[in-house]
Amino acid sequence: MESRQFYTRKDKVVLWCGYILLALFSLAVLVPLIYVVLASFIDPVVLTNQGISFMPEDWTLEGYRRVFQDDMIGRGFLNSFLYSTVFAVFSTVICLLAAYPLSLPQFVGRKAINTFFLITMFFGGGLMPTYLLVSNLNLINSPLALILPGAVNVWNIILARTYYKSIPLELHEAAALDGASELQYFFRILIPVCKPIIAVLVLYQFVGMWNSYFDAMIYLEDQSLQPLQLVIRSILVQNTPRPGMVADAQNAAMMAKIAEQLKYSTIVVSSLPLLVMYPFFQKYFEKGVMLGSVKG
Amino acid sequence: MSLPKFPDAETRHKKLVYIKNNWQLYVFFALPAVLLTFIFKYIPMGGLAIAFEDYNNRLGIFGSEWIWFENFQRFLSSTEFPRLMVNTLKLSVYGLLWGFFPPIILAILLSRVRRVGIRKKIQLLIYAPNFISVIVLAGMIIAFLSPVGPINAALGTQSNLMTDPAAFRPIYIISGIWQGAGWASIIYTAALSGVSGDLVDACNIDGASLLQQIWNVDIPTLKPIMVIQFILSAGQIMNIGFEKALALQTDLNRAASEIIPTYVYRLGLEIGDYGYSTAVGLFNAVINVVLLLAVNAIVSKLNDGEGL
Repeated sequence: MESRQFYTRKDKVVLWCGYILLALFSLAVLVPLIYVVLASFIDPVVLTNQGISFMPEDWTLEGYRRVFQDDMIGRGFLNSFLYSTVFAVFSTVICLLAAYPLSLPQFVGRKAINTFFLITMFFGGGLMPTYLLVSNLNLINSPLALILPGAVNVWNIILARTYYKSIPLELHEAAALDGASELQYFFRILIPVCKPIIAVLVLYQFVGMWNSYFDAMIYLEDQSLQPLQLVIRSILVQNTPRPGMVADAQNAAMMAKIAEQLKYSTIVVSSLPLLVMYPFFQKYFEKGVMLGSVKG
Repeated sequence: MSLPKFPDAETRHKKLVYIKNNWQLYVFFALPAVLLTFIFKYIPMGGLAIAFEDYNNRLGIFGSEWIWFENFQRFLSSTEFPRLMVNTLKLSVYGLLWGFFPPIILAILLSRVRRVGIRKKIQLLIYAPNFISVIVLAGMIIAFLSPVGPINAALGTQSNLMTDPAAFRPIYIISGIWQGAGWASIIYTAALSGVSGDLVDACNIDGASLLQQIWNVDIPTLKPIMVIQFILSAGQIMNIGFEKALALQTDLNRAASEIIPTYVYRLGLEIGDYGYSTAVGLFNAVINVVLLLAVNAIVSKLNDGEGL
């Protein structure tokens, strides 16, 4: 809104009530995050007995030492990074390709293929039949079980198709006049102008895979294949820190306190990479929401 | 949909020529996705047959005994059925109702923040929880609510809300708003940024108060999006965040936290009752499709004949 807004005194009261509401919500988002970060540095006994303390002697890096000395966390990071990267690239390539013919009005079979994809958005075999298929394909304990079934993301195909359609048709016509084939037009002309949507799709798929745990939980039994979310699940949700992390606890009560404090350090370590990168990518994520709403 | 046509020889020939000239579009572009979709989406649909079987893993789909609707009858007549249905519906309907307005309110409030720098900082903050994983979110909730956690310390109590069925839905819904409201406000913020300056000028000239402006300019601007968002989420009623419910489920809060998808998971993969579990999942999926078709019909009407 560029126009200058004039507020009466009554308006200003309303406005400030609104600001306070917004501030309260922002604080409600911020405080838990800050609490997690602070708690990750506090001595376990102090934390569970009296909470956050600002005495220097109550601060310690013990929590982080415990997290990093466990090699499963590092392994989880590596696995998650590999799975997410391969999945994001593979899935985006498949979707970008599939969206192209669907964006051409003259493409014979467009409606049929469109419907073929759309149906899977609304109906599917569900948990057990999919599990049986994956197990019959011998993909249990294979990272491919995480990558292949979800690679075709119909929503992303729609996003890409919408974006292609926003590219002026003249570009296609000019290329055709110059004798470019569909393949040449797609790779030489269309893809270079589609970088924004490609960034959006890659990021969406990367974050989606990075944050998921369920497929890995049911398909990957081998500990050494587990992604980060599954490794931290046992610490955070199942309350069972990995044995090496609490080996120095003298008794059960002490172990419980360490396990409690360990959670905060684990949360920080596991969430940091994404939250640090997030401000740089925020505009792409936002763009994805906007593009989706065109066809909402 | 148009009536089926009988293409004369000429149009059929034209189509064949198109396919022949553009065969790359079929083989390189469409085929990979079609193939993957066929294998991983359509074959499991065929696998739904085991919902009608007394499925035995050793005998396989083709060897197991057909029992037709016995699995469905067993589910519908089980004592768990009403509880599961109520839990599923309550969790999603309450979630929808409580979660619907916060993003709209946030967007309206954000649009009134004059200083762009401050607005951007608030947006950066309130969008951030969207990127926290389900496991980390569940971990935060469990740690905060633990008997030795900060919330009990602040209240001076020692309760464990994670084992209390009555607390499950509030926990699920409040954490959902905490995580998702900011992100969901983006779409409304975008719409509000399109409000023309002329309208604001007109409001000033007419001496409309701030509340009148919100009521007469902001709300009508947002209304079409509100309607579509509401209907779209209503179409997902049976399809709620299963991963989060599973992560927050404990043996003791199961009375409220067991919803149809978690039940399907427990029966199928933990107990190994494949056929029955598939039948329950299919029941859920069919209800959802019916809801979606209804929803799509409504969206089409509201959106100038254009559905999905």
